[in-house]
Amino acid sequence: MSQLKIKVEHINPFVTSTIETFAKMVGVEAKPGKLMVKKGNKEDYDISGIIGISGGAKGMVALSFPKSTALRVTNKFVGTAYEEMNADTIDAIGELANIVVGYAKKGLSEFNVLISLPSVITGTNHQIMEPKDVFSFIVPFETPLGGFHLLVSLKAAE
Amino acid sequence: MGASVRVEHINPFIEATVRTFQTMVYSDAHAGKVVLMPGAGLRADVSGIIGLSGMAKGSVSLSFSRITALKVVSAFVGARVLALDDTVTDAIGELASIVAGAAKSELSQYRIQISLPSIILGGHELAGPGDVVPMVVPFQCPQGTFNLVVRFKSEG
Amino acid sequence: MKILLVDDSNTMRRIEKNTLEKMGYTEVHEATDGADAIRKLGAGGFELVLMDWNMPNMTGIEALKAIKADPALKAVPVIMVTSESEKTRILEAIQAGAANYVVKPFQPETLQEKISAVTQKAK
Repeated sequence: MSQLKIKVEHINPFVTSTIETFAKMVGVEAKPGKLMVKKGNKEDYDISGIIGISGGAKGMVALSFPKSTALRVTNKFVGTAYEEMNADTIDAIGELANIVVGYAKKGLSEFNVLISLPSVITGTNHQIMEPKDVFSFIVPFETPLGGFHLLVSLKAAE
Repeated sequence: MGASVRVEHINPFIEATVRTFQTMVYSDAHAGKVVLMPGAGLRADVSGIIGLSGMAKGSVSLSFSRITALKVVSAFVGARVLALDDTVTDAIGELASIVAGAAKSELSQYRIQISLPSIILGGHELAGPGDVVPMVVPFQCPQGTFNLVVRFKSEG
Repeated sequence: MKILLVDDSNTMRRIEKNTLEKMGYTEVHEATDGADAIRKLGAGGFELVLMDWNMPNMTGIEALKAIKADPALKAVPVIMVTSESEKTRILEAIQAGAANYVVKPFQPETLQEKISAVTQKAK
């Protein structure tokens, strides 16, 4: 079996992909802040797009937003002008996560990863907990439309 | 719309849930009627979500109220658990993984691979996206009621 | 010009439709997977298809091959719009007869340029 290991640099493709996706498709600069190790951290979010990863590496990736950022981002992304979250907002957050993770795959080609459908979670102040004993990180992003978090949990498959 | 939802895809997940509860939680979980829930949000306090990929893509979720989650996890770990702590998140993640893993082998034609679990805490809804209609199975067990939610879409 | 957008994501169809409308194309039809696309193309008169890759029922690459194998449809140019960014995938699509290839994430301008390039060539 392969001796591939997950290291901090394997988070980079997700960070780069987030920056590119926001630059190209939302039309704003998303600036990554300091990467934090996630271990039981309970951050509150209002909407999250979550994608499962399998194949040569297993894990999950989430883009998690406060409501205000989610509305501004999806309105700009899709060209809508909603003031409240609805089915279109939910769909757009799922697609955004899909594009970010789909494009990040390229930077993890040695792992041959497969990605799941996005799941979108809504709910004021929900929290996302990482799976047990897995390398997990939070990357906070700042954009002119507000802040959001990229969550990555990843381990090499046994 | 678009994606075909076939109820036979849900049966392996139902059987896996029943078996997992029998063997791991020592609990008889009875499946109710499968409901298709386009767009409608399903409330929960604790969910363990697993991504599915391969020739079919989707997600599987076990979604609980706070109180049922505490009771199920207490039975699972064999100790009284009173708060939504690490024990609960680990146990719910583990249960979701076992269910998805067992169902996967019954759907071998799709060569499904499963992701690691994400565990959601705090009042939330599994909301979408809308192109794949979630199949929801309500379960009843001595610890309370919970929902199995499967979104399944075969590629090509 | 009659254009068919094929994507299982409502969001992506909406974004692509916005781009096309900005370019002045208003006769835009939508399909949610490859099989739906083939069915809709049967009505005739389409001059361009924008096609996603990963879709249920029939994938974009299968639909592309079916279009190119059908004497009545094979002249319709197909642009693949997908997050499949690996060279082997791009090559597979071009060999199957794709007129162009756009990787997600894309800038709306990039999509516009590729559409213009394909439609000019078709004239």
